[in-house]
Amino acid sequence: MRKFIKRFYLVIILLFLYIPIIVMIAQSFNAGKSRAVWEGFSFRWYAELFADSAIINALSVTLTIALLSAVISTILGTLAAIGIHAMKKRPQAMMMTITNIPMTMPDIVTGISLMLLFMFAKVGRGYWTMLLAHITFDTPYVILSVLPKLRQMNSHSYEAALDLGATPRYGLTHVILPQIMPGVITGCLLAFTLSLDDFTVSYFTTSPLIQNLSTLIYSKARIGIEPTLNALSALMFAVLLLLLVVVNYRAAKVEKAQQGQ
Amino acid sequence: MNQIGSMPSWAIWAVLAFFILVMAGIIFIRSKRGKDNLHRGTTAFASPYTLWMIIFTVLPCLLIGYYAFTDSTGTFTLQNFAHFWDSNYAKNELYMQYGPEAAALIRRGTVNVDTLTYSLWMALLCTIICLILAYPTAMIMADRELKMSSAIVVLFVVPMWMNFLLRTIAWMSILEDQGLINQLLSALGMPKAQLMYNNNAVLLGMVYNFLPFMVFPIYTVLGKMDYKLHEAAQDLGANSFQTFIRVTAPLSLPGVISGITMVFMPSVTTFFIPRILGGGNTMMFGDLIESKFLTEGDWNVGSALSLIMMVLILISLGILRKADPEGEGGGLM
Repeated sequence: MRKFIKRFYLVIILLFLYIPIIVMIAQSFNAGKSRAVWEGFSFRWYAELFADSAIINALSVTLTIALLSAVISTILGTLAAIGIHAMKKRPQAMMMTITNIPMTMPDIVTGISLMLLFMFAKVGRGYWTMLLAHITFDTPYVILSVLPKLRQMNSHSYEAALDLGATPRYGLTHVILPQIMPGVITGCLLAFTLSLDDFTVSYFTTSPLIQNLSTLIYSKARIGIEPTLNALSALMFAVLLLLLVVVNYRAAKVEKAQQGQ
Repeated sequence: MNQIGSMPSWAIWAVLAFFILVMAGIIFIRSKRGKDNLHRGTTAFASPYTLWMIIFTVLPCLLIGYYAFTDSTGTFTLQNFAHFWDSNYAKNELYMQYGPEAAALIRRGTVNVDTLTYSLWMALLCTIICLILAYPTAMIMADRELKMSSAIVVLFVVPMWMNFLLRTIAWMSILEDQGLINQLLSALGMPKAQLMYNNNAVLLGMVYNFLPFMVFPIYTVLGKMDYKLHEAAQDLGANSFQTFIRVTAPLSLPGVISGITMVFMPSVTTFFIPRILGGGNTMMFGDLIESKFLTEGDWNVGSALSLIMMVLILISLGILRKADPEGEGGGLM
């Protein structure tokens, strides 16, 4: 009986989380524009979604910015983490404080402060300013995922490499990097998803002409929900689910292989 | 647009360049005195990042401070904070100049202060509801007797990764006049209910968006907890309620605190959820700041409001840190 109540509670919470998503997916297949009446099954909104150049443009802006900002912030953040790790206590504490600023500041303040900077420097807001802003809020997360790996690492191996005649660059790429790689990959993925999902900072650092998916959805939602947005949600949900299933399946496989040994 | 008219622009650039040079110099000298020979040179790897953060984080923060303490001509003033306290400040200043009859018209505008207290209240409610819903959820997920598969955990992650604007919009089609609930009601012969554009709709949207951020930190801490402690308490004669109060609850505190941080902070500053689900009827502090900058174009008062919000957030973070000094909660990372 207790087990049943526990399971039941979990199901209720999951229903609460999923009902809006299920409703949206169902409506994305409704042939009519009205959300009140079911007019039959159709793929009409999916066709209109792919015909809508604004959405396709926003999708490409979102993806390229997420990709570019993830790559740049991973390079910047990994180098920074190695540098910070080697610092003395006081400069290290100072760097960690600076790193924590964008993480503790509310998104809206980050967005506004960057907007003020771009206005102040008389830089027109658009694609590039949005990219700069995304790199800025991504990099601290990369640093925080790389630093623990550096702390686990045996620091003498780098020294040994230098003593054996390796140049610092060779030591970096052949000794340090392979050991901290898991942290770098985690940081990169984290940066990518954060950038993909961001609304508030993008909203303040771009112009209405260059929009990513979030800001486009925002400007559309203020007028009223278009059925194409339902189709978009359904597609995004399907892709996410597929990705997570694949990742989990692979993780389970790796675990099994390890247990088998 | 040109809010800094009193200073020639080259002077500002000169100050900026000087500032950056000084900071870079300090960091360069400090990096020269590395820990020992061990990491000779590697501290310099941090310099591109340092420069980046000075330009894109430190400088923007200083700009907010600059605008908060100056007026539109660039001279020092504390008036922006008076605007926060009294939203009719400008009008009242005028009335003051026109003798006693006009002075009778002076009324303190409370919009800004009210918005702030309303946001804090809504964020508090949202945090409490999330905690009440999330704690049992996390306990059940971490329950060993039930043997939850990782699939359940994934099910909680998926909505979190979906674009939060789309998730919020999804509620519209359930709550609106022609929405699912109202259609059900009318099918049952009951009168329609106005479900959108009120406090409850905003609160629902906030709880819906932030609930997973409360579940996961608590789940992580409970999952790592040593189960033997549980058994030991029961062996020593504690009933399940006592075990919970004396063992589970104190040990899960770091997770609860990190959950509170992750729910309370973003709910104070959210401006999308009240816009969509609250219509024009509810205004939260995030909306206020946004409209000060983008609708009214009043950067000075807007900066003062942002500064006030940042101070509030720092104070609450400080309190939460006190409660969990080691930061064991960890959250999602």
